[in-house]
Amino acid sequence: MSAGDTGWILVSIALVMLMTPGVALFYGGMVRKKSVISTLMMNFSMLGVIGLLWVVYAYSLSFGPDMGGIIGNLKHVFLTGVEAEPSGVYATTVPHLAFMMFQGMFAIITVALITGAVVERIKFSALMVFAVAWLTLIYAPVAHWVWGDGGWLLKFGALDFAGGIVVHINAGLSALALVLVLGARRGFKHEPMEPSSIPLVMIGAALLWFGWFGFNAGSALGASGLASSALVATNSAGAAAATTWMLLAWNQRRPTLLGVATGAVAGLAAVTPGAGFIPPIYGAFIGIIAAIVCYYAMIAKMKLGIDDSLDVMAVHGIGGILGVLAVGLFASAAVNPAGTDGLLFGGGLSLLGKQLVGTVSVGAFAFGGTWIIAKVINATIGLRVKEMEEVVGLDLSQHGERAFGGIR
Amino acid sequence: MKKIEAVIREEKLDAVKKSLEEMGIHGMTVTEVSGRGQQKGISLQWRVGEYRVDFLPKLKVEVICHDDDCQLAIEAIMKSAKTGRIGDGKIFVMPVEAAYRIRTGETGEAVI
Repeated sequence: MSAGDTGWILVSIALVMLMTPGVALFYGGMVRKKSVISTLMMNFSMLGVIGLLWVVYAYSLSFGPDMGGIIGNLKHVFLTGVEAEPSGVYATTVPHLAFMMFQGMFAIITVALITGAVVERIKFSALMVFAVAWLTLIYAPVAHWVWGDGGWLLKFGALDFAGGIVVHINAGLSALALVLVLGARRGFKHEPMEPSSIPLVMIGAALLWFGWFGFNAGSALGASGLASSALVATNSAGAAAATTWMLLAWNQRRPTLLGVATGAVAGLAAVTPGAGFIPPIYGAFIGIIAAIVCYYAMIAKMKLGIDDSLDVMAVHGIGGILGVLAVGLFASAAVNPAGTDGLLFGGGLSLLGKQLVGTVSVGAFAFGGTWIIAKVINATIGLRVKEMEEVVGLDLSQHGERAFGGIR
Repeated sequence: MKKIEAVIREEKLDAVKKSLEEMGIHGMTVTEVSGRGQQKGISLQWRVGEYRVDFLPKLKVEVICHDDDCQLAIEAIMKSAKTGRIGDGKIFVMPVEAAYRIRTGETGEAVI
């Protein structure tokens, strides 16, 4: 047990916790005035629901003793056997309880990320049912495959430092499937949908960036040189992508605050899987590429007419895929002996192939599994609010609250 | 008595206020409004691409004045609110039937 490592993990838990309200504000500022509460609620409520289910059973499914490389068993249900001592399997220098909670924050934010695709029309009750089903049937297995002791992708050699596969690809492809079942907002592509508050978007992006240091550097699971390396890679990617997006928007017309905020998040998402495997300067390259690719992915989405409202797929899905594949190019065993050399450092194409398998298998599983879950919910309780509820806005119809007071 | 309703550019409020003050007209009601005229909407930027907003923010200034002052007040607003570009706004004038001061119960011309 190391006091320094424990201190850093405890701080990282707090940093990552703050990312979920960050996502809430990031998304909440981008929706119309009548949907702000609903959008904040979709995210903030996950701190409650997922935070509770995580300690009850989801940690055990994700990180419990392996069953066939697919899922953990129920040994740790109700935190049985999760003690103040290190686990012996994961993060061996910090309390097992700290590792468990650190992972819990990842589960919470991953579910929250998906909501950006379905804002302004999904029924809150349906979203709650979806969140529980998705955590259990999609998140827990994927987390186990990639990070769980005995998980098949971990044994196969696919690398995911902090959640490019588990969080971003998983959330992006799931969001896409959920939108395809749910359908577009009324008036999509015809009515202007003005963001309620771009300053809120910036505050949200700032909290995300801040929390990402815990997300990525915390994933070193210790207060180490590797944590510093991951932190520098992370900041460089966010900075490079924010700058690149700003220039892209400027080239089109004017530099926008929304563009800088979006670019930062795209870069941070893309560097996540490689943060602790690549030389830090490569974070900047990943950021530049991520901004360009995600920018054009959004344009493509508009052309396809898919109302992934806040671009969960274009930012997190595409950014995640890009970053996971970049690990196959830029990973260096000199940076992190736990990793392997990518193409650029003499490792050949082997790692890139493994990263591709990780991307395709999790992408397909997340998309297919979510599509089935969404279909079942739609056929039973229904996914979508009534037409009039959507027109009035989800704040009033789902929550009986409004974000900004009016007369009286 | 007449009521002047002037829909003007937001940035022109100070100039309009000053020009009416110089005439001795202090009373006015100012409302934030949205609307469109020949200027139509404005195009704003999203994360990628642009979207159009049909209604532009303007200010509506309402002034009640004596019949004799009305033309001068209109001219003062016309002069102070003008930039010469599309979107400068409109002025509407209508008769006022009655006026009351709530505090004292006074009525008619004495109220303004």
